[in-house]
Amino acid sequence: MFEDMAKSPAAWLSGQGEEALVVLSTRIRLARNVAGCRYPTTADTDTRKRVISYFDSVVTRAGQLFKGQYYKATDICPLDRDFLIERHLISPVFLNGDMSKAVLIGSQERVSIMVNEEDHLRIQSLSSGLDPQGAFELAMKYEIEIGRYLEYDYDKDFGFLTACPTNAGTGMRASVLIHLPGLVLTRDIDRVVSRITRSGLIVRGFYGEGSDVLGNLFQVSNSNTLGLTEADIISQISRMAHEIIEEEARARTRLNEEAADMIEDKIWRAFGILKHARVLTSEEVMNLLSAVRLGHAMKIIDFLDMALINEILLLSQPAHLQKYYGTEMDHNRRDYVRAQMVREKLRDTKP
Amino acid sequence: MVCQDCRKREAQVHLTQIINNEKLSLSLCKECAAARGFHSPLDNVPFPLAEILSGLADSAPDAASVEPKDDLTCQACGLTFTEFTRQGRFSCGECYSAFRSRLEPIMRKIHGASLHRGRNPEYSQLDDNAALPIKEEERLEAELTKAIAAEDFERAAELRDKLRTVREKIGVEETSKG
Repeated sequence: MFEDMAKSPAAWLSGQGEEALVVLSTRIRLARNVAGCRYPTTADTDTRKRVISYFDSVVTRAGQLFKGQYYKATDICPLDRDFLIERHLISPVFLNGDMSKAVLIGSQERVSIMVNEEDHLRIQSLSSGLDPQGAFELAMKYEIEIGRYLEYDYDKDFGFLTACPTNAGTGMRASVLIHLPGLVLTRDIDRVVSRITRSGLIVRGFYGEGSDVLGNLFQVSNSNTLGLTEADIISQISRMAHEIIEEEARARTRLNEEAADMIEDKIWRAFGILKHARVLTSEEVMNLLSAVRLGHAMKIIDFLDMALINEILLLSQPAHLQKYYGTEMDHNRRDYVRAQMVREKLRDTKP
Repeated sequence: MVCQDCRKREAQVHLTQIINNEKLSLSLCKECAAARGFHSPLDNVPFPLAEILSGLADSAPDAASVEPKDDLTCQACGLTFTEFTRQGRFSCGECYSAFRSRLEPIMRKIHGASLHRGRNPEYSQLDDNAALPIKEEERLEAELTKAIAAEDFERAAELRDKLRTVREKIGVEETSKG
């Protein structure tokens, strides 16, 4: 399962779209529940199966939109589950507890719908670059189509009802995955993070073993879902993304003025290690790719395209690597094979 | 309280495990809890939901000695309000109606608002007019007029209270309308 998917890049990491030099991707998630059914976490298996069968019939009866890949969680082996998590098509929560769950993956992986995660339905759409409006419109197409067949839990005061009160109302979470090496290097990141937090948004870093943020990647998302319109949330996240992008640009300019030699050296060293190393952990690849990505954006390394950088990022994750080579490997073996994959991908690139 | 494992940091995670009828209580700092592999199910929640809910239960006048008769119960699924504050999750859509009277302050703490302003499932187009960005106040007024017309006085009283709170918040003098 998913062998073809492992060999092809994900559309949301194509490196295309607005502000793609800083923003990797945008995600919109809509939480919905089916009226009259207990929520997945406390529902018995029969209820959960009933919700799946409702969704089955949506998939069967609805239009072309739903002609994607549709799987029951029980039919997906553990490695494939990890693979789907790495590809952001299912969430880690999806793997908790009872496995009467299902997932629909739309064409080009731009949309995935999880059935019986924390809510009956989690519709999420992914876009490359900064594109909250586009991602939202796509998610809504699915939401509206499903709404023709199923009645959503909705309340005049509290909007769309969700298992967790933090999602009620619009049920909408918009998030952007954003690359901020400049702000990390100039140590301005703490100031920017606290500004984001003060404005009512959430920022999360992907932490590795050390205290450094892995790959200088941050996720910024809205925290409030009630009392705002969907359009408010979109403009909130897009305004903040633009502010952060400006801050990052200022930091990069400063680095270029004050430490150009050091930055250039850091970027070329990273590229050298990626191109020649024989053993690489996934964390190391993430950090090295961050430097190379910065080099690409600053036109220091101009012969690599963003899509290739993103493809290596995706493939260096443990489950992806194993799916890509079609065999299960322990972590020592993976570190060796990962370096081999990176070398292959970079083989034809020359300054 | 100091963490039982490292004996240095402040304990922030309190766990009770029951294994083979043996009760084991642990008080750990976040680091040591993570090292033992304990993760809070609320780890991904961007703000202290658990504290908001438990704080709310503590400050409620009847919370310290909740008489079963004072607790609200969802007739559809049996979840009580006390259980809800403990687990931080609703069990079904009816819970919202069952706990409605106590949810407003919770929603305000979480979202800074207690009324939905976004899309309505009845609007099935994508154009922006469908979003109807109605202000809380306007929406409540409209609802109130409707409730009075339908002679649903219980709902009208509820809405009037909400309207009062909203107006206090935005600093509008309440007129003797309605």
